[in-house]
Amino acid sequence: MTAAIRAEGLRKAFGGRPVLRGVDLEAPAGTVLGVLGPNGAGKTTTVRILTTLLAADAGRASVAGFDVAARGREVRRRIGLTGQSTAVDGLLTARENLALIGRLLRLGRAGTRRRVDALLDRFGLAAAADLPAATLSGGLRRRLDLAACVLGEPAVLFLDEPTTGLDPVSRTVLWDLVRDLVGGGATVLLTTQYLEEADALADRIAVVDAGRVIAEGTPAALKRKAGRDRLEVVLARPAETAETARLLTRLAGHPARPDPDRAAVAVPLPGGLDDLARVAAGLSAAGVAVTDFTLHRPTLDDVFFALTGAGEAEPAA
Amino acid sequence: MTAALVGYLADTRVLAGRHLLHLRRTPGRLVLMTLNPLVMLLALGYLFRHAITVPGGRYEEYVLAGVGAQVGLAQIGPTAIGVAADLRGGVTDRFRAMPVPLGAVLLGRTLSDLAVAAVSLAAVAGLGALLGWRPHHGPAATAAGFAVLLAFCYAMAWAGVLLGTLVRDAETLDSVGALILVVFGFLSNAFLAASSLPGWLRPVAEWNPVSSVVGLCRRLWGNAAAGQSTGAAGATAAAVLLALLAAAVVLSLRALRGR
Ligand SMILES: Nc1ncnc2c1ncn2[C@@H]1O[C@H](COP(=O)(O)OP(=O)(O)O)[C@@H](O)[C@H]1O
Ligand SMILES: [Mg+2]
Repeated sequence: MTAAIRAEGLRKAFGGRPVLRGVDLEAPAGTVLGVLGPNGAGKTTTVRILTTLLAADAGRASVAGFDVAARGREVRRRIGLTGQSTAVDGLLTARENLALIGRLLRLGRAGTRRRVDALLDRFGLAAAADLPAATLSGGLRRRLDLAACVLGEPAVLFLDEPTTGLDPVSRTVLWDLVRDLVGGGATVLLTTQYLEEADALADRIAVVDAGRVIAEGTPAALKRKAGRDRLEVVLARPAETAETARLLTRLAGHPARPDPDRAAVAVPLPGGLDDLARVAAGLSAAGVAVTDFTLHRPTLDDVFFALTGAGEAEPAA
Repeated sequence: MTAALVGYLADTRVLAGRHLLHLRRTPGRLVLMTLNPLVMLLALGYLFRHAITVPGGRYEEYVLAGVGAQVGLAQIGPTAIGVAADLRGGVTDRFRAMPVPLGAVLLGRTLSDLAVAAVSLAAVAGLGALLGWRPHHGPAATAAGFAVLLAFCYAMAWAGVLLGTLVRDAETLDSVGALILVVFGFLSNAFLAASSLPGWLRPVAEWNPVSSVVGLCRRLWGNAAAGQSTGAAGATAAAVLLALLAAAVVLSLRALRGR
Protein backbone atom coordinates (compact mmCIF):
# COMPACT_ATOMS: atom_id res chain seq x y z
CA MET A 1 0.00 0.00 0.00
CA THR A 2 1.24 3.52 -0.72
CA ALA A 3 1.87 5.80 2.22
CA ALA A 4 -0.18 9.00 2.20
CA ILE A 5 2.13 10.44 4.85
CA ARG A 6 5.74 9.45 5.24
CA ALA A 7 8.38 11.19 7.32
CA GLU A 8 11.96 10.02 7.68
CA GLY A 9 14.41 11.40 10.19
CA LEU A 10 12.84 14.84 10.54
CA ARG A 11 14.98 17.18 12.59
CA LYS A 12 14.35 20.72 13.66
CA ALA A 13 16.03 23.04 16.11
CA PHE A 14 14.89 26.48 17.25
CA GLY A 15 17.72 28.79 18.21
CA GLY A 16 20.10 25.87 18.64
CA ARG A 17 17.66 23.92 20.84
CA PRO A 18 16.68 20.62 19.18
CA VAL A 19 12.90 20.15 19.11
CA LEU A 20 12.70 17.24 16.66
CA ARG A 21 15.51 14.70 16.83
CA GLY A 22 14.70 12.35 13.97
CA VAL A 23 10.97 11.75 13.63
CA ASP A 24 9.82 8.82 11.47
CA LEU A 25 6.13 8.43 10.67
CA GLU A 26 4.09 6.53 8.15
CA ALA A 27 0.37 6.46 7.43
CA PRO A 28 -1.04 4.28 4.66
CA ALA A 29 -3.76 5.93 2.54
CA GLY A 30 -7.19 5.84 4.16
CA THR A 31 -5.95 5.32 7.72
CA VAL A 32 -5.79 7.45 10.84
CA LEU A 33 -2.42 7.96 12.44
CA GLY A 34 -2.54 9.21 16.01
CA VAL A 35 0.49 11.17 17.18
CA LEU A 36 0.35 10.98 20.94
CA GLY A 37 2.57 13.01 23.20
CA PRO A 38 2.70 15.52 26.04
CA ASN A 39 2.98 19.28 25.67
CA GLY A 40 6.26 20.27 24.04
CA ALA A 41 6.92 16.84 22.54
CA GLY A 42 7.14 18.32 19.02
CA LYS A 43 3.71 17.41 17.65
CA THR A 44 2.87 20.84 16.29
CA THR A 45 6.34 21.29 14.83
CA THR A 46 5.96 17.96 13.02
CA VAL A 47 2.54 18.97 11.66
CA ARG A 48 3.93 22.33 10.51
CA ILE A 49 6.69 20.61 8.57
CA LEU A 50 4.29 18.11 6.98
CA THR A 51 1.91 20.90 5.96
CA THR A 52 4.75 22.90 4.32
CA LEU A 53 4.55 25.74 6.84
CA LEU A 54 8.02 25.11 8.19
CA ALA A 55 11.20 23.73 6.63
CA ALA A 56 12.91 20.84 8.40
CA ASP A 57 16.63 21.12 9.16
CA ALA A 58 17.17 17.54 8.06
CA GLY A 59 15.19 14.50 6.99
CA ARG A 60 12.55 13.99 4.33
CA ALA A 61 8.81 13.92 4.21
CA SER A 62 6.18 13.31 1.57
CA VAL A 63 2.44 13.86 1.73
CA ALA A 64 0.01 12.47 -0.84
CA GLY A 65 3.04 11.33 -2.81
CA PHE A 66 4.78 14.72 -3.05
CA ASP A 67 7.88 15.87 -1.26
CA VAL A 68 6.91 18.61 1.20
CA ALA A 69 10.08 20.63 0.63
CA ALA A 70 10.34 20.39 -3.16
CA ARG A 71 6.67 20.15 -4.21
CA GLY A 72 4.98 22.25 -1.57
CA ARG A 73 2.33 23.58 -3.90
CA GLU A 74 1.22 20.10 -4.95
CA VAL A 75 1.05 19.11 -1.29
CA ARG A 76 -1.03 22.19 -0.41
CA ARG A 77 -3.55 21.28 -3.11
CA ARG A 78 -4.23 17.99 -1.38
CA ILE A 79 -4.26 18.70 2.34
CA GLY A 80 -6.47 20.27 4.96
CA LEU A 81 -5.12 21.68 8.20
CA THR A 82 -6.85 22.27 11.50
CA GLY A 83 -4.16 23.91 13.55
CA GLN A 84 -3.78 23.87 17.29
CA SER A 85 -5.57 27.22 17.64
CA THR A 86 -8.99 27.54 16.06
CA ALA A 87 -8.34 29.45 12.86
CA VAL A 88 -11.70 31.04 12.21
CA ASP A 89 -12.25 34.72 11.51
CA GLY A 90 -14.30 35.96 14.45
CA LEU A 91 -15.73 38.98 12.64
CA LEU A 92 -17.09 36.91 9.77
CA THR A 93 -20.11 34.66 10.12
CA ALA A 94 -19.73 30.90 9.96
CA ARG A 95 -21.07 30.96 6.41
CA GLU A 96 -18.72 33.77 5.35
CA ASN A 97 -15.75 31.95 6.85
CA LEU A 98 -16.47 28.89 4.74
CA ALA A 99 -17.32 30.94 1.65
CA LEU A 100 -13.95 32.68 1.90
CA ILE A 101 -12.16 29.33 1.86
CA GLY A 102 -14.37 28.12 -1.00
CA ARG A 103 -13.51 31.15 -3.13
CA LEU A 104 -9.80 30.67 -2.45
CA LEU A 105 -10.15 27.04 -3.48
CA ARG A 106 -11.74 28.26 -6.75
CA LEU A 107 -14.94 26.32 -6.23
CA GLY A 108 -16.83 29.06 -8.03
CA ARG A 109 -19.74 31.05 -6.65
CA ALA A 110 -22.40 28.39 -7.09
CA GLY A 111 -20.08 25.52 -6.21
CA THR A 112 -19.01 27.30 -3.05
CA ARG A 113 -22.59 27.99 -2.00
CA ARG A 114 -23.64 24.38 -2.53
CA ARG A 115 -20.67 22.95 -0.67
CA VAL A 116 -20.93 25.47 2.19
CA ASP A 117 -24.61 24.74 2.72
CA ALA A 118 -23.96 21.01 2.75
CA LEU A 119 -21.14 21.34 5.28
CA LEU A 120 -23.07 23.69 7.57
CA ASP A 121 -25.77 21.03 7.70
CA ARG A 122 -23.47 18.10 8.18
CA PHE A 123 -21.47 19.81 10.94
CA GLY A 124 -24.56 20.94 12.83
CA LEU A 125 -23.84 24.60 12.14
CA ALA A 126 -26.93 25.51 10.15
CA ALA A 127 -28.63 27.32 13.04
CA ALA A 128 -25.50 29.36 13.78
CA ALA A 129 -24.56 29.93 10.15
CA ASP A 130 -25.20 33.66 10.11
CA LEU A 131 -23.80 34.61 13.51
CA PRO A 132 -20.34 36.15 13.80
CA ALA A 133 -17.96 33.28 14.50
CA ALA A 134 -16.63 35.08 17.60
CA THR A 135 -20.00 34.62 19.29
CA LEU A 136 -20.05 30.82 18.81
CA SER A 137 -19.12 28.39 21.59
CA GLY A 138 -15.67 26.80 21.55
CA GLY A 139 -17.14 23.53 20.33
CA LEU A 140 -19.01 25.14 17.44
CA ARG A 141 -15.96 27.18 16.46
CA ARG A 142 -13.87 24.04 16.37
CA ARG A 143 -16.48 22.36 14.18
CA LEU A 144 -16.41 25.36 11.85
CA ASP A 145 -12.63 25.08 11.79
CA LEU A 146 -12.89 21.44 10.80
CA ALA A 147 -15.49 22.25 8.15
CA ALA A 148 -13.12 24.83 6.64
CA CYS A 149 -10.40 22.22 6.63
CA VAL A 150 -12.46 19.67 4.66
CA LEU A 151 -14.16 22.11 2.29
CA GLY A 152 -11.80 21.25 -0.55
CA GLU A 153 -12.23 17.51 0.04
CA PRO A 154 -8.55 17.02 0.80
CA ALA A 155 -6.97 13.59 0.51
CA VAL A 156 -4.91 14.09 3.66
CA LEU A 157 -6.05 15.86 6.81
CA PHE A 158 -3.93 17.18 9.65
CA LEU A 159 -5.73 17.77 12.93
CA ASP A 160 -3.54 19.26 15.63
CA GLU A 161 -5.12 18.57 19.04
CA PRO A 162 -8.64 18.97 17.65
CA THR A 163 -10.43 18.48 20.96
CA THR A 164 -8.09 20.03 23.52
CA GLY A 165 -10.11 22.37 25.72
CA LEU A 166 -13.51 21.13 24.50
CA ASP A 167 -16.34 19.88 26.66
CA PRO A 168 -17.10 16.13 26.50
CA VAL A 169 -20.17 16.55 24.28
CA SER A 170 -18.32 18.62 21.68
CA ARG A 171 -15.51 16.12 21.82
CA THR A 172 -17.83 13.24 21.01
CA VAL A 173 -19.40 15.19 18.14
CA LEU A 174 -15.96 15.94 16.75
CA TRP A 175 -14.90 12.31 17.04
CA ASP A 176 -17.95 11.25 15.04
CA LEU A 177 -17.15 13.82 12.36
CA VAL A 178 -13.58 12.57 12.10
CA ARG A 179 -14.77 8.96 11.79
CA ASP A 180 -17.15 10.10 9.10
CA LEU A 181 -14.34 11.76 7.15
CA VAL A 182 -12.21 8.66 7.30
CA GLY A 183 -15.14 6.64 6.06
CA GLY A 184 -15.02 8.91 3.01
CA GLY A 185 -11.50 7.69 2.26
CA ALA A 186 -9.32 10.49 3.64
CA THR A 187 -6.04 9.87 5.44
CA VAL A 188 -5.82 11.62 8.80
CA LEU A 189 -2.93 12.57 11.02
CA LEU A 190 -4.25 13.54 14.41
CA THR A 191 -2.19 14.76 17.32
CA THR A 192 -3.44 14.44 20.85
CA GLN A 193 -2.41 14.35 24.48
CA TYR A 194 -5.11 11.83 25.32
CA LEU A 195 -4.59 8.11 25.00
CA GLU A 196 -8.36 7.77 25.05
CA GLU A 197 -8.70 9.95 21.95
CA ALA A 198 -5.97 8.18 20.01
CA ASP A 199 -7.54 4.90 21.02
CA ALA A 200 -10.99 6.01 19.85
CA LEU A 201 -9.90 7.30 16.44
CA ALA A 202 -6.53 5.99 15.33
CA ASP A 203 -5.61 2.83 13.45
CA ARG A 204 -2.03 3.23 14.57
CA ILE A 205 -0.45 5.40 17.22
CA ALA A 206 3.01 6.94 17.29
CA VAL A 207 4.03 8.03 20.76
CA VAL A 208 6.36 11.04 20.69
CA ASP A 209 8.43 12.39 23.50
CA ALA A 210 11.12 15.08 23.39
CA GLY A 211 11.21 15.11 19.58
CA ARG A 212 11.40 11.37 19.01
CA VAL A 213 8.96 8.57 18.27
CA ILE A 214 9.43 6.26 21.24
CA ALA A 215 6.80 3.70 20.29
CA GLU A 216 4.55 2.88 17.38
CA GLY A 217 1.76 0.37 17.10
CA THR A 218 -1.93 -0.34 17.22
CA PRO A 219 -3.89 1.16 20.11
CA ALA A 220 -4.46 -2.32 21.53
CA ALA A 221 -0.76 -3.13 21.55
CA LEU A 222 0.10 0.17 23.20
CA LYS A 223 -2.52 -0.27 25.83
CA ARG A 224 -1.19 -3.72 26.59
CA LYS A 225 2.18 -2.13 27.18
CA ALA A 226 0.67 0.65 29.21
CA GLY A 227 -0.95 -1.66 31.66
CA ARG A 228 -4.45 -2.76 32.32
CA ASP A 229 -7.56 -1.13 33.61
CA ARG A 230 -7.48 -0.74 37.36
CA LEU A 231 -10.30 -0.70 39.86
CA GLU A 232 -10.14 1.48 42.95
CA VAL A 233 -12.62 1.24 45.82
CA VAL A 234 -12.80 3.57 48.79
CA LEU A 235 -14.26 2.00 51.94
CA ALA A 236 -16.84 3.40 54.31
CA ARG A 237 -15.15 1.57 57.25
CA PRO A 238 -11.35 2.10 57.16
CA ALA A 239 -10.79 -0.85 59.51
CA GLU A 240 -11.81 -3.24 56.73
CA THR A 241 -9.01 -2.15 54.34
CA ALA A 242 -6.67 -5.15 54.78
CA GLU A 243 -9.51 -7.62 54.76
CA THR A 244 -11.03 -6.09 51.60
CA ALA A 245 -7.63 -6.21 49.88
CA ARG A 246 -7.53 -9.96 50.46
CA LEU A 247 -11.07 -10.32 49.15
CA LEU A 248 -10.32 -8.27 46.03
CA THR A 249 -7.14 -10.26 45.36
CA ARG A 250 -9.26 -13.40 45.34
CA LEU A 251 -12.10 -11.91 43.26
CA ALA A 252 -9.90 -10.27 40.62
CA GLY A 253 -7.19 -12.90 40.48
CA HIS A 254 -4.53 -10.23 40.80
CA PRO A 255 -2.79 -8.85 43.86
CA ALA A 256 -4.70 -5.90 45.31
CA ARG A 257 -2.83 -3.01 46.92
CA PRO A 258 -4.31 -1.51 50.10
CA ASP A 259 -3.84 2.17 50.87
CA PRO A 260 -4.80 2.39 54.58
CA ASP A 261 -4.32 6.17 54.76
CA ARG A 262 -7.15 6.73 52.27
CA ALA A 263 -9.09 3.60 53.20
CA ALA A 264 -8.71 2.60 49.54
CA VAL A 265 -7.83 -0.58 47.70
CA ALA A 266 -6.64 -0.80 44.08
CA VAL A 267 -6.57 -3.93 41.95
CA PRO A 268 -5.73 -4.63 38.27
CA LEU A 269 -8.85 -5.54 36.36
CA PRO A 270 -7.96 -6.56 32.80
CA GLY A 271 -11.09 -8.57 32.07
CA GLY A 272 -13.48 -5.69 31.32
CA LEU A 273 -17.16 -5.83 32.11
CA ASP A 274 -17.20 -9.47 33.33
CA ASP A 275 -14.47 -8.84 35.89
CA LEU A 276 -16.21 -5.68 36.99
CA ALA A 277 -19.53 -7.44 37.51
CA ARG A 278 -17.96 -10.31 39.43
CA VAL A 279 -15.99 -7.99 41.71
CA ALA A 280 -18.99 -5.76 42.40
CA ALA A 281 -21.19 -8.74 43.21
CA GLY A 282 -18.50 -10.25 45.45
CA LEU A 283 -18.05 -7.01 47.42
CA SER A 284 -21.75 -6.62 47.85
CA ALA A 285 -22.20 -10.25 48.95
CA ALA A 286 -19.44 -9.81 51.56
CA GLY A 287 -21.26 -6.75 52.93
CA VAL A 288 -18.37 -4.33 52.23
CA ALA A 289 -19.62 -0.73 52.36
CA VAL A 290 -18.07 1.29 49.55
CA THR A 291 -18.13 5.10 49.17
CA ASP A 292 -16.32 5.20 45.84
CA PHE A 293 -15.93 2.62 43.09
CA THR A 294 -13.86 3.80 40.09
CA LEU A 295 -12.42 2.09 37.04
CA HIS A 296 -9.20 3.79 35.93
CA ARG A 297 -8.22 3.47 32.27
CA PRO A 298 -4.52 3.65 31.42
CA THR A 299 -3.55 7.23 30.55
CA LEU A 300 -0.79 8.81 28.52
CA ASP A 301 1.16 8.94 31.77
CA ASP A 302 0.85 5.18 32.16
CA VAL A 303 2.05 4.69 28.58
CA PHE A 304 5.08 6.83 29.29
CA PHE A 305 5.85 5.05 32.49
CA ALA A 306 5.59 1.74 30.71
CA LEU A 307 7.67 2.83 27.70
CA THR A 308 10.39 4.84 29.33
CA GLY A 309 10.56 2.94 32.56
CA ALA A 310 10.46 6.25 34.36
CA GLY A 311 8.26 4.69 37.00
CA GLU A 312 5.57 2.12 37.41
CA ALA A 313 2.14 2.54 35.93
CA GLU A 314 0.68 0.23 38.54
CA PRO A 315 1.88 -2.17 41.18
CA ALA A 316 3.68 -5.12 39.63
CA ALA A 317 1.26 -7.98 39.21
CA MET B 1 1.73 32.19 -16.73
CA THR B 2 -1.29 34.38 -17.44
CA ALA B 3 -3.52 31.85 -15.68
CA ALA B 4 -1.25 32.00 -12.64
CA LEU B 5 -1.42 35.80 -12.64
CA VAL B 6 -5.21 35.79 -12.97
CA GLY B 7 -5.41 33.33 -10.08
CA TYR B 8 -3.08 35.48 -8.00
CA LEU B 9 -5.22 38.55 -8.59
CA ALA B 10 -8.42 36.62 -7.87
CA ASP B 11 -7.00 35.45 -4.52
CA THR B 12 -5.87 38.99 -3.75
CA ARG B 13 -9.34 40.32 -4.45
CA VAL B 14 -11.06 37.70 -2.29
CA LEU B 15 -8.66 38.38 0.58
CA ALA B 16 -8.98 42.15 0.28
CA GLY B 17 -12.73 41.58 0.39
CA ARG B 18 -12.30 39.87 3.75
CA HIS B 19 -10.71 43.00 5.24
CA LEU B 20 -13.31 45.30 3.75
CA LEU B 21 -15.95 43.05 5.32
CA HIS B 22 -14.15 43.52 8.67
CA LEU B 23 -14.53 47.27 8.24
CA ARG B 24 -18.23 46.90 7.52
CA ARG B 25 -18.60 44.82 10.69
CA THR B 26 -16.68 47.30 12.84
CA PRO B 27 -17.51 50.69 11.34
CA GLY B 28 -16.27 52.36 14.53
CA ARG B 29 -12.72 51.50 13.61
CA LEU B 30 -12.98 53.12 10.20
CA VAL B 31 -14.50 56.24 11.74
CA LEU B 32 -11.78 56.43 14.39
CA MET B 33 -9.02 55.94 11.83
CA THR B 34 -10.43 58.73 9.67
CA LEU B 35 -11.20 60.95 12.63
CA ASN B 36 -7.66 60.90 13.99
CA PRO B 37 -6.10 62.95 11.14
CA LEU B 38 -9.20 65.15 10.91
CA VAL B 39 -8.83 66.16 14.56
CA MET B 40 -5.17 66.90 13.96
CA LEU B 41 -6.09 69.02 10.96
CA LEU B 42 -8.69 70.96 12.96
CA ALA B 43 -6.33 71.51 15.88
CA LEU B 44 -3.42 72.72 13.80
CA GLY B 45 -5.05 74.16 10.68
CA TYR B 46 -7.80 76.01 12.51
CA LEU B 47 -7.00 76.58 16.19
CA PHE B 48 -3.26 77.16 15.80
CA ARG B 49 -3.25 78.71 12.33
CA HIS B 50 -2.27 82.13 13.60
CA ALA B 51 0.00 80.84 16.34
CA ILE B 52 2.30 78.94 13.99
CA THR B 53 4.04 80.75 11.18
CA VAL B 54 5.91 79.12 8.37
CA PRO B 55 8.22 80.80 5.90
CA GLY B 56 6.65 81.53 2.52
CA GLY B 57 2.95 80.78 2.99
CA ARG B 58 -0.14 80.27 5.12
CA TYR B 59 -0.12 77.59 7.80
CA GLU B 60 -3.53 76.13 6.89
CA GLU B 61 -2.07 75.32 3.48
CA TYR B 62 1.26 74.20 4.82
CA VAL B 63 -0.18 71.68 7.26
CA LEU B 64 -2.34 69.71 4.83
CA ALA B 65 0.44 67.62 3.31
CA GLY B 66 1.67 66.86 6.83
CA VAL B 67 -1.73 65.63 7.97
CA GLY B 68 -1.94 63.59 4.75
CA ALA B 69 1.28 61.82 5.71
CA GLN B 70 -0.16 61.25 9.16
CA VAL B 71 -2.92 59.18 7.57
CA GLY B 72 -0.24 56.73 6.47
CA LEU B 73 1.57 56.73 9.81
CA ALA B 74 -1.66 56.20 11.73
CA GLN B 75 -2.31 53.03 9.74
CA ILE B 76 0.85 51.22 10.81
CA GLY B 77 -0.48 50.22 14.24
CA PRO B 78 -3.88 48.85 13.17
CA THR B 79 -2.35 46.94 10.25
CA ALA B 80 0.30 45.41 12.49
CA ILE B 81 -2.33 44.40 15.04
CA GLY B 82 -4.40 42.70 12.33
CA VAL B 83 -1.41 40.84 10.91
CA ALA B 84 -0.31 39.69 14.36
CA ALA B 85 -3.82 38.51 15.23
CA ASP B 86 -4.01 36.42 12.06
CA LEU B 87 -0.64 34.90 12.86
CA ARG B 88 -1.50 34.16 16.49
CA GLY B 89 -4.93 32.76 15.68
CA GLY B 90 -3.70 30.44 12.93
CA VAL B 91 -5.62 32.15 10.10
CA THR B 92 -2.38 32.89 8.24
CA ASP B 93 -1.32 29.25 8.68
CA ARG B 94 -4.62 28.11 7.24
CA PHE B 95 -4.12 30.24 4.11
CA ARG B 96 -0.50 29.18 3.81
CA ALA B 97 -1.43 25.49 4.00
CA MET B 98 -3.78 26.08 1.06
CA PRO B 99 -2.74 26.66 -2.55
CA VAL B 100 -2.84 30.42 -1.89
CA PRO B 101 0.36 32.45 -2.42
CA LEU B 102 1.54 34.23 0.73
CA GLY B 103 2.05 37.33 -1.41
CA ALA B 104 -1.66 37.39 -2.27
CA VAL B 105 -2.56 37.20 1.43
CA LEU B 106 -0.45 40.27 2.19
CA LEU B 107 -1.43 42.11 -0.99
CA GLY B 108 -5.08 41.63 -0.06
CA ARG B 109 -4.48 43.23 3.29
CA THR B 110 -2.32 46.13 2.11
CA LEU B 111 -4.61 46.97 -0.81
CA SER B 112 -7.64 47.09 1.50
CA ASP B 113 -5.60 49.37 3.78
CA LEU B 114 -4.94 51.54 0.75
CA ALA B 115 -8.67 51.83 0.12
CA VAL B 116 -9.17 52.99 3.71
CA ALA B 117 -6.31 55.48 3.31
CA ALA B 118 -7.94 56.88 0.18
CA VAL B 119 -11.17 57.51 2.11
CA SER B 120 -9.23 59.20 4.92
CA LEU B 121 -7.26 61.35 2.51
CA ALA B 122 -10.44 62.45 0.78
CA ALA B 123 -11.89 63.48 4.14
CA VAL B 124 -8.69 65.35 5.00
CA ALA B 125 -8.73 67.17 1.65
CA GLY B 126 -12.40 68.06 2.08
CA LEU B 127 -11.95 69.48 5.57
CA GLY B 128 -8.73 71.17 4.46
CA ALA B 129 -10.55 72.93 1.65
CA LEU B 130 -13.12 74.21 4.16
CA LEU B 131 -10.30 75.55 6.32
CA GLY B 132 -8.71 77.37 3.42
CA TRP B 133 -6.30 74.88 1.85
CA ARG B 134 -5.83 75.40 -1.89
CA PRO B 135 -3.55 73.69 -4.41
CA HIS B 136 -2.02 76.22 -6.82
CA HIS B 137 -0.55 74.26 -9.71
CA GLY B 138 -3.57 72.83 -11.53
CA PRO B 139 -5.42 69.50 -11.44
CA ALA B 140 -2.57 67.29 -12.69
CA ALA B 141 -0.13 68.48 -10.03
CA THR B 142 -2.88 68.28 -7.39
CA ALA B 143 -3.63 64.68 -8.32
CA ALA B 144 0.07 63.89 -8.38
CA GLY B 145 0.34 65.13 -4.79
CA PHE B 146 -2.39 62.76 -3.67
CA ALA B 147 -0.78 59.93 -5.61
CA VAL B 148 2.43 60.56 -3.66
CA LEU B 149 0.51 60.43 -0.37
CA LEU B 150 -1.22 57.20 -1.42
CA ALA B 151 2.13 55.68 -2.33
CA PHE B 152 3.38 56.66 1.12
CA CYS B 153 0.30 55.12 2.76
CA TYR B 154 0.89 51.92 0.83
CA ALA B 155 4.52 51.72 1.94
CA MET B 156 3.35 52.32 5.52
CA ALA B 157 0.82 49.48 5.22
CA TRP B 158 3.73 47.16 4.43
CA ALA B 159 5.68 48.64 7.32
CA GLY B 160 2.69 47.64 9.46
CA VAL B 161 2.79 44.11 8.01
CA LEU B 162 6.46 43.84 8.89
CA LEU B 163 5.88 45.14 12.40
CA GLY B 164 3.05 42.66 12.92
CA THR B 165 5.20 39.71 11.83
CA LEU B 166 8.00 40.73 14.20
CA VAL B 167 5.94 41.71 17.29
CA ARG B 168 3.00 39.48 18.18
CA ASP B 169 1.58 41.12 21.27
CA ALA B 170 -1.41 43.39 20.55
CA GLU B 171 -0.81 45.77 23.46
CA THR B 172 2.83 46.24 22.62
CA LEU B 173 1.82 46.93 19.04
CA ASP B 174 -0.69 49.52 20.19
CA SER B 175 2.00 51.45 22.04
CA VAL B 176 4.58 51.04 19.29
CA GLY B 177 2.04 52.32 16.76
CA ALA B 178 1.30 55.40 18.85
CA LEU B 179 5.02 56.02 19.31
CA ILE B 180 5.69 55.79 15.57
CA LEU B 181 2.90 58.25 14.92
CA VAL B 182 4.34 60.84 17.30
CA VAL B 183 8.05 60.34 16.60
CA PHE B 184 7.86 60.16 12.82
CA GLY B 185 5.16 62.82 12.68
CA PHE B 186 6.79 65.46 14.83
CA LEU B 187 10.45 64.82 14.00
CA SER B 188 9.78 65.84 10.41
CA ASN B 189 8.58 68.84 8.45
CA ALA B 190 4.97 67.57 8.62
CA PHE B 191 3.69 70.14 11.10
CA LEU B 192 6.61 72.53 11.59
CA ALA B 193 9.42 73.63 9.32
CA ALA B 194 12.48 71.49 9.96
CA SER B 195 14.44 74.71 10.37
CA SER B 196 12.42 75.53 13.48
CA LEU B 197 13.54 72.36 15.29
CA PRO B 198 16.47 72.39 17.73
CA GLY B 199 19.71 72.16 15.78
CA TRP B 200 20.64 68.61 16.76
CA LEU B 201 17.23 67.30 15.66
CA ARG B 202 17.33 68.98 12.27
CA PRO B 203 19.30 66.19 10.54
CA VAL B 204 16.83 63.66 11.96
CA ALA B 205 13.92 65.57 10.46
CA GLU B 206 15.69 65.98 7.15
CA TRP B 207 16.43 62.26 6.89
CA ASN B 208 12.95 61.27 8.04
CA PRO B 209 11.16 59.71 5.03
CA VAL B 210 8.04 61.62 6.02
CA SER B 211 9.84 64.89 5.25
CA SER B 212 10.67 64.01 1.67
CA VAL B 213 7.07 62.93 0.98
CA VAL B 214 5.56 66.02 2.59
CA GLY B 215 8.10 68.29 0.91
CA LEU B 216 7.21 66.90 -2.50
CA CYS B 217 3.47 67.35 -1.90
CA ARG B 218 3.98 70.99 -0.92
CA ARG B 219 5.97 71.52 -4.13
CA LEU B 220 3.23 69.93 -6.23
CA TRP B 221 0.51 71.94 -4.52
CA GLY B 222 2.47 75.20 -4.18
CA ASN B 223 1.86 75.26 -0.41
CA ALA B 224 4.69 77.23 1.22
CA ALA B 225 7.21 74.87 -0.32
CA ALA B 226 10.88 75.22 0.39
CA GLY B 227 14.10 73.51 -0.52
CA GLN B 228 14.58 71.26 -3.54
CA SER B 229 13.04 71.72 -6.98
CA THR B 230 10.03 69.53 -7.82
CA GLY B 231 12.15 67.20 -9.93
CA ALA B 232 14.77 66.66 -7.25
CA ALA B 233 12.14 66.30 -4.53
CA GLY B 234 10.30 63.77 -6.70
CA ALA B 235 13.42 61.72 -7.26
CA THR B 236 14.24 61.73 -3.54
CA ALA B 237 10.71 60.77 -2.50
CA ALA B 238 10.49 58.02 -5.12
CA ALA B 239 13.80 56.55 -4.01
CA VAL B 240 12.81 56.72 -0.34
CA LEU B 241 9.40 55.13 -0.90
CA LEU B 242 10.71 52.37 -3.13
CA ALA B 243 13.46 51.53 -0.66
CA LEU B 244 10.97 51.44 2.24
CA LEU B 245 8.50 49.33 0.32
CA ALA B 246 11.08 46.86 -0.97
CA ALA B 247 12.62 46.44 2.47
CA ALA B 248 9.25 45.88 4.16
CA VAL B 249 8.06 43.39 1.50
CA VAL B 250 11.25 41.36 1.46
CA LEU B 251 11.66 41.27 5.23
CA SER B 252 7.97 40.43 5.86
CA LEU B 253 7.97 37.55 3.40
CA ARG B 254 11.22 36.23 4.82
CA ALA B 255 10.01 36.45 8.40
CA LEU B 256 6.74 34.69 7.53
CA ARG B 257 8.27 31.91 5.45
CA GLY B 258 10.94 31.10 8.00
CA ARG B 259 8.56 30.85 10.90
N1 LIG C 1 8.81 28.97 16.52
C1 LIG C 1 9.39 28.47 17.62
N2 LIG C 1 10.47 29.06 18.17
C2 LIG C 1 11.07 28.55 19.26
N3 LIG C 1 10.67 27.45 19.90
C3 LIG C 1 9.61 26.79 19.41
C4 LIG C 1 8.91 27.27 18.26
N4 LIG C 1 7.90 26.41 18.00
C5 LIG C 1 7.95 25.46 18.97
N5 LIG C 1 8.97 25.68 19.81
C6 LIG C 1 9.35 24.83 20.95
O1 LIG C 1 9.49 23.51 20.47
C7 LIG C 1 9.01 22.59 21.43
C8 LIG C 1 7.99 21.67 20.79
O2 LIG C 1 6.87 22.45 20.47
P1 LIG C 1 5.59 21.87 19.75
O3 LIG C 1 5.99 21.26 18.47
O4 LIG C 1 4.61 22.99 19.70
O5 LIG C 1 5.13 20.74 20.77
P2 LIG C 1 3.68 20.12 21.01
O6 LIG C 1 2.80 20.51 19.85
O7 LIG C 1 3.92 18.65 21.06
O8 LIG C 1 3.18 20.64 22.30
C9 LIG C 1 8.46 23.39 22.58
O9 LIG C 1 9.40 23.40 23.60
C10 LIG C 1 8.27 24.76 21.99
O10 LIG C 1 8.46 25.74 22.97
MG1 LIG D 1 1.12 21.49 19.87
